[in-house]
Amino acid sequence: MTPGKTEGPITVTEDGGYLPGTHPDLPPPSSVHGPVHWIKVNLFGSVTETALTLVAAYFLYSAITFLVGWMFVDAAFTGESRKDCRAVATGACWAFIGNRFSLFIYGFYPEPERWRVDLSFVLLILAMVPVLFDRMPQRSKALIYTCLYPFIAAWLLVGGFGLEQVSTDQFGGLMLNVVIGVTGIAFSLPIGIVLALGRQSQLPIVRILCVSFIEIIRGVPLITLLFVAAVMLSYFVPPGTNFDLLVRMLIMVTLFASGYMAEVIRGGLQAIPNGQYEAADAMGLKYWQSMRLIVLPQALKISIPGIVNTFIALYKDTTLVIVIGRLDILGIGNSSLADTKWQGLSTEVYVFVAFFFFVSCFAMSRYSLWLEKKLHTGH
Amino acid sequence: MAGVADQRSATRVRGEPSILLRLWRNKDTRSVILQILTMALLFAFLAYIINNAMLNLAVLGKTFSFDFLGFPASYDINQRLIEYTSQSTHFRAMLVGILNTALVAFFGIITATIVGFLFGIIRLSNNWIASHIVYCIIEFTRNVPVLLHILLIHGIIVHVLPSPRQAHTLADSIFLSNRGLTIPDPIFGEGFSYTVIAFFVAVGIIVTFYRWARKARDERGKIYPVFWISAGILFGLPFLVFLLSGSPLGWEVPTLGRFNLKGGITMIPEFLALWLALSLYTSAFIAEIVRAGILAISKGQWEASQAVGLQRNRILQLVIIPQALRVIIPPLTSQYLNLTKNSSLAIAIGYMDIVATIGGISMMQTGKEMESMILVLSIYLCFSLVISAFMNWYNQRIKLVER
Repeated sequence: MTPGKTEGPITVTEDGGYLPGTHPDLPPPSSVHGPVHWIKVNLFGSVTETALTLVAAYFLYSAITFLVGWMFVDAAFTGESRKDCRAVATGACWAFIGNRFSLFIYGFYPEPERWRVDLSFVLLILAMVPVLFDRMPQRSKALIYTCLYPFIAAWLLVGGFGLEQVSTDQFGGLMLNVVIGVTGIAFSLPIGIVLALGRQSQLPIVRILCVSFIEIIRGVPLITLLFVAAVMLSYFVPPGTNFDLLVRMLIMVTLFASGYMAEVIRGGLQAIPNGQYEAADAMGLKYWQSMRLIVLPQALKISIPGIVNTFIALYKDTTLVIVIGRLDILGIGNSSLADTKWQGLSTEVYVFVAFFFFVSCFAMSRYSLWLEKKLHTGH
Repeated sequence: MAGVADQRSATRVRGEPSILLRLWRNKDTRSVILQILTMALLFAFLAYIINNAMLNLAVLGKTFSFDFLGFPASYDINQRLIEYTSQSTHFRAMLVGILNTALVAFFGIITATIVGFLFGIIRLSNNWIASHIVYCIIEFTRNVPVLLHILLIHGIIVHVLPSPRQAHTLADSIFLSNRGLTIPDPIFGEGFSYTVIAFFVAVGIIVTFYRWARKARDERGKIYPVFWISAGILFGLPFLVFLLSGSPLGWEVPTLGRFNLKGGITMIPEFLALWLALSLYTSAFIAEIVRAGILAISKGQWEASQAVGLQRNRILQLVIIPQALRVIIPPLTSQYLNLTKNSSLAIAIGYMDIVATIGGISMMQTGKEMESMILVLSIYLCFSLVISAFMNWYNQRIKLVER
């Protein structure tokens, strides 16, 4: 028995004391642990720390009282115009948002057909399941459905083949953000893989082409590419061909995303040790076989967090479509401000949209962090 | 002859591949064939779209030329760093746009770097409450689209701030209103050049002093308070000369007119909104990069510095940050590039940058879509190339010299 441990018989001397080395461990004094100690070290460690704490606490207090007051206490939740809101409250006028909620979600999509948008959202969530959970049974079969999903959704949203046609001009609101984001990611993934492989290719011409494509795409802002989609792309098709603006936008967004995707996947490819390539060669596998069976499965797995981050960035960037006149969730908010009944409520609209983006992007970035931790098998 | 033909067909039957197949199976020749095919496909594609473009231009009765750059632009620009009137050419409008982009990118990069480093370091500090406030700010900022930040700040400036008559003011010389931020305009009197000369002399002295102090540190182990002495020389010498030459500097303080402020330099709301939003958004990313960079330095470095008796600030300054910079610089570069590219969102609030001038109004007026878009794209490519070249040079300079 080691001395000082409490287990076993405690040897006590006649006058009530312990024999040397047999005293049980006492808890550390309260000055080096516990909440008081924690506060002392973490909040009032030194003069500057104390000052920082006080400033931060004051900032926190005033920010919270202001925000809670503006958003909840003094806010108006019902009303038919800005005047109604101002009559009952001095803070935010959320009645405006409630009044136009469906516009924010569906844009100008015809009302009787909105179930199709809902259905495609539900199917999207189902399509995400096999991507997000790698332990699900029958995953490979479910992934086939995931690959087919963009086409199913396109059919649901645009119509034709038994469904009523809906013009893409009527797409708007959150739905437009999701359509652009999901299409951009779904189609940029294969293009990105090809570009990343091309960038590492042994063939100099292929490599130069891929590098210049990636660098040009990454060197210009998405806005200019959207302008190209709006005004320039129709010059490149044979005269007389009508080319839907949404399709043109999707093409440019996909090309934009694939430039970034290629870099993410290149990172994954570079993380694969050379031995894997050499082993694949030694097995006598051809180039595409070794890529498909050995290299890409490993490279893609480690690039998933990067892919999720690219998606978050792209999803936020879908708001840029307002500069070429398409009304996404932000654009709907922006144009609703022109309504004379509700003028001057820009802060409410922007705060609502910001909150919405924050919730979705924050959740996705947490997921990507969790994934990174899970995939991190090193030390 | 017949015999030869027979022989050939016989060999083929026995499994000898044809010449094309043999070329294809040879690795070197196959790569040449593949590259030729790639080039051929590319040229065919380019020829196809250029042909289409020419046909389309012909149908619309347009030509492809950059002549329009010499025509008068006949529109106004609300912020111009160089002389520009509505009679100036489209080319001049483009230059104004380029300078406006460069201006907001320059200020944005500086502010974003300072705020980002500050946030990153506070985020890592032991102070629980400060680090968590900064954490909330960072997470909120980077998970909301930058366009939304720009519109939100612009909306607050234009709709929430008071009109110039009731402007928030600091000492009656700096005014913040819904027309922007107005600050006094310096008027340089005669003899101010002496102060400028003194400033450059001070810089020269500091460089020499820095070298000398470093030598003293290396040879004799004597450490001078280099930062404070440098700061003293940098500000003290020009100030002394300034006083001796009779304070040749006046301020044109803005005054309230009937409707608006007169005099002074006004930063228009568009510039303010863009500058603040871009700095805030990018600083959130920079803070995370800085944090990751500092965390990447092994704990042993901290412990060793503590063991030689350095304080936290000195550890950061002398040991951690120099090493962390090597991790930080490459992603920092791409954030600078992002900021510059995001400045193109200016068009959403009407700040006249490249996209809004040459790619916006000029394009609409002249109908030269192709030419304007090509110009805009190449200007942004140049910006990107310049920034990455500079950062690569800096990265080379601070790179670890391996033994």
